[in-house]
Amino acid sequence: MSDFLTQHADTLITLVKIALLLFIVLTVNAYLTWFERKVVAHIQSRWGPHRVGPHGLLQPLADGAKFLLKEDPTPAGVDKLTYYLAPLMALALALTSIAIIPFGPDPIRIFGRDVYLGIADLNIGILALFAITALSVYGVALAGWSSNSKYPLLGGLRSSAQMVSYELALTMSVVGVLLLSGSFSLRDIVNAQASPRLGFLGWNIFPQILGFLCFFIAAVAETNRVPFDLPEAESELVAGFHTEYASFKFAMFFIAEYTSMITVSCLCSIMFFGGWLSPFPASWTFTHYLPSFILIPFGLWVIWDGIRYETVFGRIVLPGIGTVMAVVGVILIALPSVNEFIQGPFWFLSKIFVFLFVYVWMRGTLPRFRYDQLMAFGWKLLLPVSLANAVITATAIAFLAKGNG
Amino acid sequence: MTAPVLIFFVLAALAILGAISLIVQRHPIHSALSLIVVMVALAGLYLLMGAEFVAAVQIIVYGGAIMVLFVFVIMLLNAGVEERTRLSKLATIGGIPLALAFTMVIAAAIARSADTVQAATQTAAVAPTKAVANLLFQDFVYPFELTSFLILVAILGAIVLAQREKERERA
Repeated sequence: MSDFLTQHADTLITLVKIALLLFIVLTVNAYLTWFERKVVAHIQSRWGPHRVGPHGLLQPLADGAKFLLKEDPTPAGVDKLTYYLAPLMALALALTSIAIIPFGPDPIRIFGRDVYLGIADLNIGILALFAITALSVYGVALAGWSSNSKYPLLGGLRSSAQMVSYELALTMSVVGVLLLSGSFSLRDIVNAQASPRLGFLGWNIFPQILGFLCFFIAAVAETNRVPFDLPEAESELVAGFHTEYASFKFAMFFIAEYTSMITVSCLCSIMFFGGWLSPFPASWTFTHYLPSFILIPFGLWVIWDGIRYETVFGRIVLPGIGTVMAVVGVILIALPSVNEFIQGPFWFLSKIFVFLFVYVWMRGTLPRFRYDQLMAFGWKLLLPVSLANAVITATAIAFLAKGNG
Repeated sequence: MTAPVLIFFVLAALAILGAISLIVQRHPIHSALSLIVVMVALAGLYLLMGAEFVAAVQIIVYGGAIMVLFVFVIMLLNAGVEERTRLSKLATIGGIPLALAFTMVIAAAIARSADTVQAATQTAAVAPTKAVANLLFQDFVYPFELTSFLILVAILGAIVLAQREKERERA
Protein backbone atom coordinates (compact mmCIF):
# COMPACT_ATOMS: atom_id res chain seq x y z
CA MET A 1 0.00 0.00 0.00
CA SER A 2 2.69 2.49 0.97
CA ASP A 3 4.66 1.40 -2.10
CA PHE A 4 1.70 2.30 -4.25
CA LEU A 5 1.39 5.65 -2.49
CA THR A 6 5.03 6.64 -3.02
CA GLN A 7 5.03 5.47 -6.63
CA HIS A 8 1.96 7.39 -7.64
CA ALA A 9 2.30 10.27 -5.21
CA ASP A 10 2.41 12.95 -7.92
CA THR A 11 -0.69 11.60 -9.64
CA LEU A 12 -2.55 11.37 -6.33
CA ILE A 13 -1.52 14.90 -5.32
CA THR A 14 -2.76 16.22 -8.66
CA LEU A 15 -6.08 14.40 -8.23
CA VAL A 16 -6.51 15.82 -4.73
CA LYS A 17 -5.65 19.28 -6.02
CA ILE A 18 -8.20 18.96 -8.83
CA ALA A 19 -10.92 17.90 -6.39
CA LEU A 20 -10.03 20.72 -4.01
CA LEU A 21 -9.91 23.37 -6.73
CA LEU A 22 -13.21 22.14 -8.18
CA PHE A 23 -14.84 22.37 -4.75
CA ILE A 24 -13.45 25.85 -4.12
CA VAL A 25 -14.36 27.18 -7.57
CA LEU A 26 -17.91 25.85 -7.41
CA THR A 27 -18.44 27.24 -3.90
CA VAL A 28 -17.03 30.61 -4.92
CA ASN A 29 -19.32 30.47 -7.96
CA ALA A 30 -22.34 29.91 -5.76
CA TYR A 31 -21.46 32.77 -3.43
CA LEU A 32 -20.56 34.98 -6.37
CA THR A 33 -24.23 34.85 -7.39
CA TRP A 34 -25.18 35.91 -3.85
CA PHE A 35 -22.56 38.67 -3.89
CA GLU A 36 -23.74 39.89 -7.29
CA ARG A 37 -27.39 39.99 -6.26
CA LYS A 38 -26.56 41.79 -3.03
CA VAL A 39 -24.32 44.41 -4.67
CA VAL A 40 -26.64 45.06 -7.62
CA ALA A 41 -29.56 45.30 -5.17
CA HIS A 42 -27.77 47.89 -3.06
CA ILE A 43 -26.81 49.85 -6.20
CA GLN A 44 -30.54 49.92 -7.03
CA SER A 45 -31.62 50.75 -3.44
CA ARG A 46 -33.04 47.30 -2.72
CA TRP A 47 -32.17 44.71 -0.10
CA GLY A 48 -31.41 41.75 -2.34
CA PRO A 49 -31.80 38.16 -1.07
CA HIS A 50 -32.46 38.20 2.69
CA ARG A 51 -35.07 35.52 3.36
CA VAL A 52 -33.09 32.27 3.13
CA GLY A 53 -30.64 32.25 6.01
CA PRO A 54 -29.11 35.31 7.69
CA HIS A 55 -28.51 38.06 5.10
CA GLY A 56 -29.69 35.54 2.48
CA LEU A 57 -26.47 33.55 2.94
CA LEU A 58 -28.22 30.23 2.24
CA GLN A 59 -29.75 31.53 -1.00
CA PRO A 60 -27.07 29.82 -3.19
CA LEU A 61 -27.92 26.48 -1.57
CA ALA A 62 -31.61 27.01 -2.24
CA ASP A 63 -30.83 27.97 -5.85
CA GLY A 64 -28.66 24.89 -6.25
CA ALA A 65 -31.40 22.62 -4.92
CA LYS A 66 -33.88 24.29 -7.27
CA PHE A 67 -31.61 23.70 -10.28
CA LEU A 68 -31.18 20.04 -9.36
CA LEU A 69 -34.82 19.27 -8.66
CA LYS A 70 -36.57 21.22 -11.42
CA GLU A 71 -38.15 19.36 -14.31
CA ASP A 72 -35.83 19.24 -17.29
CA PRO A 73 -37.92 19.18 -20.46
CA THR A 74 -36.25 18.79 -23.86
CA PRO A 75 -38.02 20.94 -26.47
CA ALA A 76 -39.36 19.25 -29.59
CA GLY A 77 -37.18 19.24 -32.70
CA VAL A 78 -33.88 20.00 -31.02
CA ASP A 79 -30.69 18.52 -32.41
CA LYS A 80 -30.20 16.04 -29.54
CA LEU A 81 -26.43 15.52 -29.69
CA THR A 82 -25.45 19.20 -29.87
CA TYR A 83 -28.24 20.22 -27.51
CA TYR A 84 -26.76 18.03 -24.76
CA LEU A 85 -23.15 18.65 -25.78
CA ALA A 86 -23.29 22.47 -25.68
CA PRO A 87 -23.70 23.04 -21.91
CA LEU A 88 -21.17 20.28 -21.22
CA MET A 89 -18.63 21.95 -23.50
CA ALA A 90 -19.21 25.38 -21.99
CA LEU A 91 -18.73 24.08 -18.44
CA ALA A 92 -15.80 21.76 -19.18
CA LEU A 93 -13.82 24.45 -21.02
CA ALA A 94 -14.50 27.07 -18.36
CA LEU A 95 -13.32 24.73 -15.59
CA THR A 96 -10.27 23.62 -17.61
CA SER A 97 -9.02 27.17 -17.95
CA ILE A 98 -8.94 27.58 -14.15
CA ALA A 99 -6.49 24.64 -13.96
CA ILE A 100 -3.78 26.67 -15.72
CA ILE A 101 -3.85 29.54 -13.21
CA PRO A 102 -1.04 29.47 -10.60
CA PHE A 103 -2.30 30.65 -7.20
CA GLY A 104 0.91 31.29 -5.32
CA PRO A 105 4.63 31.90 -5.70
CA ASP A 106 6.64 28.92 -4.47
CA PRO A 107 5.76 25.28 -4.04
CA ILE A 108 4.77 24.48 -0.45
CA ARG A 109 6.15 21.43 1.32
CA ILE A 110 3.53 18.93 2.50
CA PHE A 111 4.70 15.53 3.84
CA GLY A 112 8.13 16.11 2.36
CA ARG A 113 6.89 16.85 -1.14
CA ASP A 114 6.87 20.08 -3.09
CA VAL A 115 3.32 20.95 -4.05
CA TYR A 116 2.63 23.73 -6.54
CA LEU A 117 -0.32 25.99 -5.88
CA GLY A 118 -2.01 25.32 -9.18
CA ILE A 119 -2.69 22.23 -11.26
CA ALA A 120 -0.85 22.62 -14.54
CA ASP A 121 2.27 24.78 -14.65
CA LEU A 122 2.55 25.19 -18.43
CA ASN A 123 5.30 27.12 -20.12
CA ILE A 124 2.77 28.16 -22.77
CA GLY A 125 0.23 29.09 -20.06
CA ILE A 126 -1.25 32.15 -21.68
CA LEU A 127 -1.41 30.53 -25.13
CA ALA A 128 -3.16 27.49 -23.67
CA LEU A 129 -5.71 29.83 -22.07
CA PHE A 130 -6.32 31.55 -25.40
CA ALA A 131 -6.74 28.14 -27.04
CA ILE A 132 -9.42 27.24 -24.49
CA THR A 133 -11.10 30.63 -24.95
CA ALA A 134 -11.09 30.08 -28.71
CA LEU A 135 -12.97 26.81 -28.26
CA SER A 136 -15.46 28.15 -25.72
CA VAL A 137 -17.37 29.96 -28.48
CA TYR A 138 -18.86 26.60 -29.45
CA GLY A 139 -20.74 26.15 -26.19
CA VAL A 140 -22.79 29.27 -26.82
CA ALA A 141 -23.04 29.01 -30.60
CA LEU A 142 -24.11 25.37 -30.62
CA ALA A 143 -26.59 25.90 -27.78
CA GLY A 144 -28.20 28.64 -29.83
CA TRP A 145 -28.30 26.62 -33.01
CA SER A 146 -29.42 23.26 -31.60
CA SER A 147 -32.38 24.67 -29.66
CA ASN A 148 -34.52 24.85 -32.83
CA SER A 149 -35.90 28.24 -31.85
CA LYS A 150 -35.57 31.77 -33.26
CA TYR A 151 -34.26 33.73 -30.29
CA PRO A 152 -31.57 31.26 -29.27
CA LEU A 153 -30.38 31.09 -32.88
CA LEU A 154 -30.04 34.89 -32.99
CA GLY A 155 -28.24 34.79 -29.64
CA GLY A 156 -25.87 32.11 -30.86
CA LEU A 157 -25.09 34.03 -34.06
CA ARG A 158 -24.49 37.23 -32.14
CA SER A 159 -22.22 35.50 -29.69
CA SER A 160 -20.04 33.81 -32.29
CA ALA A 161 -19.62 37.07 -34.19
CA GLN A 162 -18.90 38.98 -30.97
CA MET A 163 -16.48 36.46 -29.51
CA VAL A 164 -14.49 36.09 -32.75
CA SER A 165 -14.23 39.88 -33.06
CA TYR A 166 -13.15 40.54 -29.48
CA GLU A 167 -10.77 37.59 -29.36
CA LEU A 168 -8.44 39.51 -31.70
CA ALA A 169 -8.28 42.53 -29.40
CA LEU A 170 -7.92 40.21 -26.40
CA THR A 171 -4.90 38.46 -27.90
CA MET A 172 -3.28 41.65 -29.23
CA SER A 173 -3.63 43.47 -25.92
CA VAL A 174 -1.40 41.02 -24.02
CA VAL A 175 1.45 41.22 -26.57
CA GLY A 176 2.92 44.14 -24.62
CA VAL A 177 2.97 42.12 -21.40
CA LEU A 178 4.54 39.14 -23.18
CA LEU A 179 7.25 41.39 -24.63
CA LEU A 180 8.01 42.85 -21.20
CA SER A 181 8.28 39.49 -19.46
CA GLY A 182 9.70 37.47 -22.37
CA SER A 183 7.71 34.36 -21.52
CA PHE A 184 4.32 32.71 -22.06
CA SER A 185 4.37 31.18 -18.59
CA LEU A 186 2.01 32.86 -16.13
CA ARG A 187 4.46 32.23 -13.29
CA ASP A 188 7.28 33.97 -15.20
CA ILE A 189 4.98 36.88 -16.07
CA VAL A 190 4.32 37.50 -12.37
CA ASN A 191 7.96 37.02 -11.36
CA ALA A 192 9.05 39.54 -14.02
CA GLN A 193 6.93 42.16 -12.21
CA ALA A 194 8.57 41.60 -8.83
CA SER A 195 10.67 44.48 -7.56
CA PRO A 196 11.59 44.25 -3.86
CA ARG A 197 12.24 47.99 -3.51
CA LEU A 198 9.45 49.57 -5.51
CA GLY A 199 6.51 47.32 -4.63
CA PHE A 200 3.49 48.01 -6.79
CA LEU A 201 5.40 50.45 -9.03
CA GLY A 202 7.01 47.48 -10.75
CA TRP A 203 3.70 46.05 -11.94
CA ASN A 204 2.86 45.86 -15.63
CA ILE A 205 -0.12 48.17 -15.21
CA PHE A 206 2.05 51.29 -15.43
CA PRO A 207 3.76 50.69 -18.78
CA GLN A 208 0.73 48.73 -20.03
CA ILE A 209 -2.27 50.81 -18.98
CA LEU A 210 -3.59 50.82 -22.57
CA GLY A 211 -3.06 47.10 -22.83
CA PHE A 212 -4.90 46.54 -19.57
CA LEU A 213 -7.92 48.61 -20.62
CA CYS A 214 -8.13 46.78 -23.96
CA PHE A 215 -7.67 43.42 -22.26
CA PHE A 216 -10.30 44.00 -19.62
CA ILE A 217 -12.91 45.34 -22.06
CA ALA A 218 -12.29 42.49 -24.51
CA ALA A 219 -12.36 39.94 -21.70
CA VAL A 220 -15.72 41.24 -20.45
CA ALA A 221 -17.01 40.87 -24.02
CA GLU A 222 -15.60 37.34 -24.21
CA THR A 223 -17.43 36.34 -21.04
CA ASN A 224 -20.71 37.78 -22.40
CA ARG A 225 -21.24 40.09 -19.44
CA VAL A 226 -22.88 43.53 -19.25
CA PRO A 227 -22.41 45.80 -21.20
CA PHE A 228 -21.58 43.15 -23.83
CA ASP A 229 -24.29 40.59 -22.97
CA LEU A 230 -26.00 40.81 -26.34
CA PRO A 231 -26.16 37.01 -26.81
CA GLU A 232 -28.66 36.95 -23.95
CA ALA A 233 -30.16 40.43 -24.14
CA GLU A 234 -33.37 39.72 -22.26
CA SER A 235 -35.28 42.70 -23.60
CA GLU A 236 -34.69 41.59 -27.20
CA LEU A 237 -34.06 37.83 -27.19
CA VAL A 238 -35.97 36.47 -24.13
CA ALA A 239 -32.82 34.83 -22.70
CA GLY A 240 -30.74 34.44 -25.84
CA PHE A 241 -28.83 31.24 -26.42
CA HIS A 242 -30.03 29.50 -23.25
CA THR A 243 -33.76 30.24 -23.66
CA GLU A 244 -34.60 26.57 -24.28
CA TYR A 245 -32.44 25.22 -21.47
CA ALA A 246 -33.89 24.47 -18.07
CA SER A 247 -32.85 22.97 -14.78
CA PHE A 248 -29.27 21.76 -14.48
CA LYS A 249 -28.35 22.30 -18.12
CA PHE A 250 -29.11 25.99 -17.60
CA ALA A 251 -27.10 25.88 -14.38
CA MET A 252 -24.12 24.55 -16.36
CA PHE A 253 -24.12 27.66 -18.58
CA PHE A 254 -24.50 29.76 -15.47
CA ILE A 255 -21.56 28.13 -13.71
CA ALA A 256 -19.48 28.38 -16.90
CA GLU A 257 -20.15 32.12 -17.11
CA TYR A 258 -19.20 32.76 -13.49
CA THR A 259 -16.13 30.52 -13.73
CA SER A 260 -14.87 32.46 -16.73
CA MET A 261 -15.43 35.68 -14.74
CA ILE A 262 -13.09 34.24 -12.10
CA THR A 263 -10.54 33.21 -14.75
CA VAL A 264 -10.55 36.69 -16.28
CA SER A 265 -10.10 38.26 -12.85
CA CYS A 266 -7.15 35.91 -12.19
CA LEU A 267 -5.60 36.79 -15.56
CA CYS A 268 -6.01 40.54 -15.03
CA SER A 269 -4.25 40.39 -11.69
CA ILE A 270 -1.52 38.02 -12.98
CA MET A 271 -0.68 39.97 -16.11
CA PHE A 272 -1.12 43.57 -15.02
CA PHE A 273 -1.32 43.73 -11.22
CA GLY A 274 1.53 41.50 -10.11
CA GLY A 275 -0.51 38.39 -9.27
CA TRP A 276 0.40 37.28 -5.77
CA LEU A 277 3.02 40.03 -5.25
CA SER A 278 2.45 42.42 -2.38
CA PRO A 279 1.98 46.08 -3.42
CA PHE A 280 4.42 47.15 -0.70
CA PRO A 281 8.24 47.06 -0.73
CA ALA A 282 9.66 43.86 0.71
CA SER A 283 11.28 45.74 3.63
CA TRP A 284 7.87 46.73 5.02
CA THR A 285 7.42 43.51 6.97
CA PHE A 286 4.65 45.00 9.11
CA THR A 287 2.33 44.79 6.09
CA HIS A 288 2.46 41.02 6.53
CA TYR A 289 -0.03 41.46 9.37
CA LEU A 290 -2.56 43.05 7.02
CA PRO A 291 -4.64 39.84 6.64
CA SER A 292 -5.02 39.74 10.43
CA PHE A 293 -5.85 43.44 10.63
CA ILE A 294 -8.68 42.84 8.16
CA LEU A 295 -9.90 39.49 9.54
CA ILE A 296 -10.05 40.37 13.27
CA PRO A 297 -12.09 43.62 13.08
CA PHE A 298 -14.35 42.15 10.38
CA GLY A 299 -14.90 39.03 12.50
CA LEU A 300 -15.73 41.15 15.55
CA TRP A 301 -18.15 43.22 13.48
CA VAL A 302 -19.89 40.06 12.22
CA ILE A 303 -20.23 38.84 15.85
CA TRP A 304 -21.67 42.20 16.91
CA ASP A 305 -24.04 42.23 13.95
CA GLY A 306 -25.00 38.59 14.58
CA ILE A 307 -26.06 38.86 18.23
CA ARG A 308 -28.63 41.53 17.27
CA TYR A 309 -30.00 39.58 14.24
CA GLU A 310 -33.81 39.05 14.03
CA THR A 311 -33.86 35.25 13.68
CA VAL A 312 -32.50 32.74 16.20
CA PHE A 313 -30.68 30.92 13.39
CA GLY A 314 -28.84 34.11 12.47
CA ARG A 315 -28.00 34.78 16.13
CA ILE A 316 -26.23 31.39 16.20
CA VAL A 317 -24.62 31.28 12.73
CA LEU A 318 -23.35 34.83 12.29
CA PRO A 319 -21.41 35.02 15.60
CA GLY A 320 -20.01 31.58 14.74
CA ILE A 321 -18.65 32.83 11.39
CA GLY A 322 -17.32 35.96 13.09
CA THR A 323 -15.52 33.93 15.76
CA VAL A 324 -13.86 31.74 13.11
CA MET A 325 -12.63 34.83 11.25
CA ALA A 326 -11.25 36.46 14.41
CA VAL A 327 -9.57 33.22 15.55
CA VAL A 328 -7.93 32.75 12.12
CA GLY A 329 -6.68 36.34 12.36
CA VAL A 330 -5.17 35.67 15.79
CA ILE A 331 -3.57 32.41 14.60
CA LEU A 332 -1.91 34.27 11.72
CA ILE A 333 -0.30 36.70 14.19
CA ALA A 334 0.75 33.85 16.48
CA LEU A 335 2.31 31.64 13.77
CA PRO A 336 4.69 33.68 11.56
CA SER A 337 5.46 30.70 9.26
CA VAL A 338 1.78 30.25 8.37
CA ASN A 339 1.42 34.00 8.00
CA GLU A 340 4.38 34.08 5.61
CA PHE A 341 2.78 31.37 3.47
CA ILE A 342 -0.59 33.13 3.40
CA GLN A 343 0.81 36.40 1.95
CA GLY A 344 0.85 35.33 -1.71
CA PRO A 345 -2.63 33.80 -1.82
CA PHE A 346 -3.96 36.72 0.28
CA TRP A 347 -2.88 39.37 -2.22
CA PHE A 348 -3.90 37.26 -5.19
CA LEU A 349 -7.39 36.62 -3.80
CA SER A 350 -7.79 40.29 -2.82
CA LYS A 351 -7.01 41.38 -6.38
CA ILE A 352 -9.39 38.77 -7.81
CA PHE A 353 -12.08 40.03 -5.44
CA VAL A 354 -11.60 43.62 -6.64
CA PHE A 355 -12.00 42.56 -10.29
CA LEU A 356 -15.09 40.50 -9.49
CA PHE A 357 -16.54 43.55 -7.76
CA VAL A 358 -15.81 45.64 -10.88
CA TYR A 359 -17.68 43.06 -12.95
CA VAL A 360 -20.73 43.31 -10.69
CA TRP A 361 -20.41 47.09 -10.46
CA MET A 362 -20.52 47.36 -14.26
CA ARG A 363 -23.58 45.13 -14.36
CA GLY A 364 -25.33 47.40 -11.88
CA THR A 365 -24.50 50.65 -13.64
CA LEU A 366 -23.83 50.31 -17.38
CA PRO A 367 -26.44 50.05 -20.14
CA ARG A 368 -26.09 47.44 -22.88
CA PHE A 369 -24.43 48.25 -26.21
CA ARG A 370 -26.47 48.26 -29.39
CA TYR A 371 -25.29 45.54 -31.76
CA ASP A 372 -23.75 47.83 -34.40
CA GLN A 373 -22.09 49.89 -31.66
CA LEU A 374 -20.61 46.70 -30.26
CA MET A 375 -19.08 45.70 -33.59
CA ALA A 376 -17.86 49.22 -34.39
CA PHE A 377 -16.30 49.52 -30.93
CA GLY A 378 -14.51 46.20 -31.21
CA TRP A 379 -13.14 46.60 -34.73
CA LYS A 380 -12.64 50.35 -35.07
CA LEU A 381 -11.42 51.26 -31.59
CA LEU A 382 -10.31 48.30 -29.49
CA LEU A 383 -8.32 46.43 -32.16
CA PRO A 384 -6.37 49.47 -33.48
CA VAL A 385 -5.60 50.66 -29.94
CA SER A 386 -4.32 47.24 -28.85
CA LEU A 387 -2.24 46.99 -32.06
CA ALA A 388 -0.79 50.45 -31.43
CA ASN A 389 0.01 49.40 -27.86
CA ALA A 390 1.92 46.36 -29.12
CA VAL A 391 3.89 48.44 -31.64
CA ILE A 392 4.72 51.18 -29.10
CA THR A 393 5.83 48.63 -26.49
CA ALA A 394 7.99 46.76 -29.00
CA THR A 395 9.62 50.00 -30.19
CA ALA A 396 10.28 51.18 -26.64
CA ILE A 397 11.83 47.86 -25.66
CA ALA A 398 14.03 47.83 -28.78
CA PHE A 399 15.28 51.39 -28.06
CA LEU A 400 15.91 50.70 -24.39
CA ALA A 401 17.80 47.51 -25.24
CA LYS A 402 19.95 49.48 -27.70
CA GLY A 403 20.61 52.18 -25.09
CA ASN A 404 21.72 49.59 -22.53
CA GLY A 405 23.74 47.51 -24.98
CA MET B 1 3.27 0.14 -23.65
CA THR B 2 4.48 3.42 -22.22
CA ALA B 3 2.17 6.32 -21.53
CA PRO B 4 3.21 8.50 -24.54
CA VAL B 5 2.65 5.61 -26.96
CA LEU B 6 -0.74 4.95 -25.41
CA ILE B 7 -1.68 8.63 -25.66
CA PHE B 8 -0.45 8.66 -29.25
CA PHE B 9 -2.74 5.79 -30.20
CA VAL B 10 -5.74 7.34 -28.42
CA LEU B 11 -5.20 10.68 -30.18
CA ALA B 12 -4.56 9.01 -33.53
CA ALA B 13 -7.74 6.95 -33.17
CA LEU B 14 -9.67 10.12 -32.26
CA ALA B 15 -8.31 11.93 -35.32
CA ILE B 16 -9.19 9.07 -37.67
CA LEU B 17 -12.64 8.52 -36.16
CA GLY B 18 -13.28 12.25 -36.39
CA ALA B 19 -12.26 12.27 -40.03
CA ILE B 20 -14.52 9.32 -40.84
CA SER B 21 -17.38 10.91 -38.93
CA LEU B 22 -16.81 14.14 -40.88
CA ILE B 23 -17.62 12.30 -44.11
CA VAL B 24 -20.37 10.04 -42.76
CA GLN B 25 -22.40 12.66 -40.84
CA ARG B 26 -25.38 13.97 -42.74
CA HIS B 27 -25.74 17.35 -41.10
CA PRO B 28 -23.18 20.07 -41.92
CA ILE B 29 -22.94 21.14 -38.25
CA HIS B 30 -22.14 17.58 -37.16
CA SER B 31 -19.50 17.38 -39.88
CA ALA B 32 -18.01 20.66 -38.67
CA LEU B 33 -17.96 19.34 -35.09
CA SER B 34 -16.17 16.21 -36.28
CA LEU B 35 -13.58 18.38 -38.00
CA ILE B 36 -13.02 20.23 -34.70
CA VAL B 37 -12.34 16.87 -33.04
CA VAL B 38 -9.74 16.13 -35.74
CA MET B 39 -8.08 19.53 -35.21
CA VAL B 40 -7.91 19.15 -31.45
CA ALA B 41 -6.58 15.58 -31.72
CA LEU B 42 -3.87 16.84 -34.09
CA ALA B 43 -2.99 19.57 -31.58
CA GLY B 44 -2.65 16.85 -28.96
CA LEU B 45 -0.26 14.96 -31.26
CA TYR B 46 1.87 18.10 -31.73
CA LEU B 47 1.94 18.52 -27.96
CA LEU B 48 3.11 14.93 -27.61
CA MET B 49 6.02 15.73 -29.93
CA GLY B 50 6.99 18.69 -27.74
CA ALA B 51 5.84 21.37 -30.16
CA GLU B 52 3.74 23.30 -27.62
CA PHE B 53 3.58 26.50 -29.62
CA VAL B 54 2.36 24.76 -32.76
CA ALA B 55 -0.21 22.84 -30.69
CA ALA B 56 -1.62 26.03 -29.13
CA VAL B 57 -1.69 27.81 -32.48
CA GLN B 58 -3.35 24.79 -34.08
CA ILE B 59 -6.24 25.07 -31.62
CA ILE B 60 -6.44 28.87 -31.67
CA VAL B 61 -6.36 29.23 -35.47
CA TYR B 62 -7.95 26.03 -36.78
CA GLY B 63 -10.06 24.88 -33.82
CA GLY B 64 -11.07 28.42 -32.90
CA ALA B 65 -11.09 31.00 -35.68
CA ILE B 66 -11.54 28.96 -38.86
CA MET B 67 -14.01 26.40 -37.53
CA VAL B 68 -16.05 29.10 -35.76
CA LEU B 69 -16.36 30.78 -39.14
CA PHE B 70 -17.53 27.49 -40.70
CA VAL B 71 -20.10 26.94 -37.96
CA PHE B 72 -21.19 30.57 -38.20
CA VAL B 73 -21.78 30.33 -41.95
CA ILE B 74 -23.64 27.03 -41.61
CA MET B 75 -25.85 28.54 -38.91
CA LEU B 76 -26.40 31.74 -40.88
CA LEU B 77 -27.40 29.91 -44.07
CA ASN B 78 -29.48 27.50 -41.99
CA ALA B 79 -28.15 24.63 -44.13
CA GLY B 80 -30.28 21.52 -43.84
CA VAL B 81 -29.48 17.83 -43.86
CA GLU B 82 -27.56 16.87 -46.98
CA GLU B 83 -29.17 14.61 -49.51
CA ARG B 84 -27.48 11.31 -50.19
CA THR B 85 -26.76 10.33 -53.74
CA ARG B 86 -25.32 7.07 -54.89
CA LEU B 87 -21.62 7.15 -55.60
CA SER B 88 -20.79 8.20 -59.14
CA LYS B 89 -19.49 5.50 -61.48
CA LEU B 90 -16.05 7.11 -61.61
CA ALA B 91 -15.78 7.05 -57.81
CA THR B 92 -16.81 3.41 -57.60
CA ILE B 93 -14.57 2.14 -60.36
CA GLY B 94 -11.57 4.45 -59.95
CA GLY B 95 -11.76 5.92 -56.49
CA ILE B 96 -12.11 2.94 -54.18
CA PRO B 97 -9.26 0.87 -55.68
CA LEU B 98 -7.05 3.98 -55.79
CA ALA B 99 -7.78 4.76 -52.14
CA LEU B 100 -6.97 1.19 -51.17
CA ALA B 101 -3.73 1.26 -53.17
CA PHE B 102 -2.72 4.56 -51.59
CA THR B 103 -3.34 3.20 -48.09
CA MET B 104 -1.26 0.12 -48.87
CA VAL B 105 1.65 2.19 -50.20
CA ILE B 106 1.65 4.31 -47.05
CA ALA B 107 1.37 1.24 -44.82
CA ALA B 108 4.27 -0.41 -46.64
CA ALA B 109 6.40 2.72 -46.32
CA ILE B 110 5.71 2.89 -42.57
CA ALA B 111 6.38 -0.83 -42.10
CA ARG B 112 9.71 -0.59 -43.93
CA SER B 113 11.01 2.53 -42.19
CA ALA B 114 13.66 1.90 -39.56
CA ASP B 115 12.21 3.94 -36.72
CA THR B 116 8.73 2.73 -35.87
CA VAL B 117 5.98 4.56 -34.03
CA GLN B 118 8.63 5.93 -31.67
CA ALA B 119 9.30 8.72 -34.16
CA ALA B 120 5.86 10.16 -33.61
CA THR B 121 6.01 9.95 -29.84
CA GLN B 122 9.36 11.54 -29.11
CA THR B 123 8.80 13.75 -26.11
CA ALA B 124 11.99 15.71 -26.72
CA ALA B 125 11.41 19.39 -27.41
CA VAL B 126 11.39 19.54 -31.20
CA ALA B 127 10.59 23.22 -31.54
CA PRO B 128 10.45 25.42 -28.46
CA THR B 129 8.66 28.72 -28.95
CA LYS B 130 11.91 30.72 -29.05
CA ALA B 131 13.30 28.53 -31.86
CA VAL B 132 10.13 29.00 -33.90
CA ALA B 133 10.34 32.77 -33.37
CA ASN B 134 14.00 32.84 -34.45
CA LEU B 135 13.18 30.91 -37.60
CA LEU B 136 10.23 33.12 -38.49
CA PHE B 137 11.58 36.55 -37.62
CA GLN B 138 15.32 36.19 -38.31
CA ASP B 139 16.23 33.38 -40.68
CA PHE B 140 13.15 33.53 -42.88
CA VAL B 141 11.87 37.01 -42.17
CA TYR B 142 11.44 38.06 -45.85
CA PRO B 143 9.45 34.99 -46.96
CA PHE B 144 7.39 35.37 -43.77
CA GLU B 145 6.61 39.04 -44.41
CA LEU B 146 5.85 38.32 -48.07
CA THR B 147 3.38 35.61 -47.05
CA SER B 148 1.76 38.04 -44.62
CA PHE B 149 1.36 40.54 -47.47
CA LEU B 150 -0.14 37.87 -49.67
CA ILE B 151 -2.71 37.02 -47.00
CA LEU B 152 -3.50 40.71 -46.49
CA VAL B 153 -4.03 41.19 -50.24
CA ALA B 154 -6.27 38.12 -50.30
CA ILE B 155 -8.38 39.51 -47.43
CA LEU B 156 -8.73 42.88 -49.20
CA GLY B 157 -9.63 41.07 -52.41
CA ALA B 158 -12.37 39.14 -50.62
CA ILE B 159 -13.80 42.37 -49.20
CA VAL B 160 -13.72 44.11 -52.61
CA LEU B 161 -15.46 41.18 -54.29
CA ALA B 162 -18.13 41.05 -51.56
CA GLN B 163 -18.76 44.80 -51.89
CA ARG B 164 -19.04 44.58 -55.68
CA GLU B 165 -21.75 41.96 -55.29
CA LYS B 166 -23.61 44.27 -52.93
CA GLU B 167 -23.37 47.23 -55.31
CA ARG B 168 -24.68 45.12 -58.16
CA GLU B 169 -27.66 44.17 -56.01
CA ARG B 170 -28.33 47.82 -55.26
CA ALA B 171 -28.22 48.83 -58.90
